[in-house]
Amino acid sequence: MTAPIIECQHLEKWYSGVHALKNVSLSVAHGEAVGLVGDNGAGKSTLIKILSGVHEPDGGTIRIEGREVRIRNPRQAMELGLETIYQYNSMVPTMSIARNVFIGREPLKWSLFGLGWMDRGKMDHESVRAIADVDLHLRSPEALVGELSGGQRQGVAIARAMHFKSKVLILDEPTNHLSVKETNKVIGFVRDLKKQNVTGVFISHNMQHVFQCCDRVVAMARGEIVFDRPVAESSIEEVHEFL
Amino acid sequence: MVTADRREQTPFEPRRASTSRGGSTPVKRLLKVYMERPELVALVVLVALLAYFALRSAGLFLSYQNLRGILGLFPELSIMALGFALLMIAGEFDLSIGSVFGLAPIVLCALAQHFGLSFWPCFAAALLMCVVVGLLNGFISLSFGIPSFITTLGMLFMLRSLCVVIYQSGAAPALPSDAPAWALTAPIGFFRVSTIWLAALGLVIYLLLERTNFGNWVRATGGALESAKSMGIPTNFVKTACFVISSVCAGLAGIIQVVRIASPLPSLGDGVELQAIAAAVIGGVALSGGVGNVLGAVVGMAIIRVIDSGMVMSRVDANWFKFAVGFLTIVAVIANIWLGRRARGIKVDTGK
Repeated sequence: MTAPIIECQHLEKWYSGVHALKNVSLSVAHGEAVGLVGDNGAGKSTLIKILSGVHEPDGGTIRIEGREVRIRNPRQAMELGLETIYQYNSMVPTMSIARNVFIGREPLKWSLFGLGWMDRGKMDHESVRAIADVDLHLRSPEALVGELSGGQRQGVAIARAMHFKSKVLILDEPTNHLSVKETNKVIGFVRDLKKQNVTGVFISHNMQHVFQCCDRVVAMARGEIVFDRPVAESSIEEVHEFL
Repeated sequence: MVTADRREQTPFEPRRASTSRGGSTPVKRLLKVYMERPELVALVVLVALLAYFALRSAGLFLSYQNLRGILGLFPELSIMALGFALLMIAGEFDLSIGSVFGLAPIVLCALAQHFGLSFWPCFAAALLMCVVVGLLNGFISLSFGIPSFITTLGMLFMLRSLCVVIYQSGAAPALPSDAPAWALTAPIGFFRVSTIWLAALGLVIYLLLERTNFGNWVRATGGALESAKSMGIPTNFVKTACFVISSVCAGLAGIIQVVRIASPLPSLGDGVELQAIAAAVIGGVALSGGVGNVLGAVVGMAIIRVIDSGMVMSRVDANWFKFAVGFLTIVAVIANIWLGRRARGIKVDTGK
């Protein structure tokens, strides 16, 4: 039996006197789509920030594919195959799509101590391919991200994660403030993750969206996991009772 | 057949198809050009000013002697503006560059006097002092979360004070006798060697920003700090490196000026930081970071120098110079913010 792709055990996190995560244990299998729900302050964002390397936990362990790891920064999380897409903070609006796809992971013609000359031809060419893979239709890889709609931006961020062969895609409130059409597009992106054998963790306030695209729903309240069941065996009303 | 296949494979739509949906107008295209190349707007203003002052001064402005005069000070201040613009694109600010401009040559002269060293080791040591100032500016601002405006304001006062103290102690009375004017500022016909330094540094910093991964990080850090952090970019390293580059450019510019005028003065560079800021803003560098180009700052500085000289040649009261630069800066900032906001807000053929 293969080890879960993510296995958190007894995670603890304090923020200056506030107990944000209390003994949280969560395991996510390969290719699974997990919906993480809960009110503001429930601990969802703290858990995600720990997995994406923004914060380190005060206690507990994290295993990725069975190997215990310490995730000290976002770059390390990405190297472990965990890519997080935030609602607002995943793209630089003043930069082109091609530059955004490769931020922090630019292909280089030559380099010295990690700094070097970008291969802009490769960036353009590969960003076109990455966008095509998620079935987005945009005008040009040179278009500025600031010109894209919210759904298109999420699409580019997902394309970026796919291009770099991320094993786990964590989407933090990806459908907030999107139109119905754009929301459906993002939900479609999440559903398609499974076809590409990518594990998804989908954080949302909207239970309907989670039930539309996830295999399992995990609910958090007051820093603890209070509900964890397959979507097929639960209902929205049932989850609400625990929140 | 080949074309049809390609069209099926690419997710990006041909321009003509998207334009036909009515998503693009000439105004929107102009806004987009502004967003991507704001320095072009400044270039148009520069050409217009050149033409205006040429007419107003009955050709005197474009005389050989006058242009040669402009090309004395312009490269020095532009070198300073280049580094400052890079820092501003990274989303930070440096008010101490005027004091660094003054202190670097004084340190150079003091070392030469005290240790009896020749010019080049003192030149290297003075630039090293600029590196330390840049590191301090970065460290203090980023470690303590102090706005760089405040940190560098403090540094401005401290360094200016050092300029006066060192100079008045008699430690830096004159340039070393072997100061190589030929390498830094000697005239070559119409130009000075400092113009070559400006061209070389301009090219290096332009390529650094546009063609290297470090440049990509600078734009990301200034354009959307949280996004840059979430993508694993070492934003503190990027900002600190830009503080250092800004400081070194200011120090180098100050040394070139002292070699040109052949005498260190404690008041040298007093207030030039404001010209560098104005040049960057007029050249289209956004105060909020992320947008602009270092070459825009050079065009902005050219505009300031042209206004300065053009007013004298046109026999306008020289006291109006600061008014004109201030007015142009405010207009540029308003245009920068307003056009930038509109350019970001518009949807130009982005597809479905």
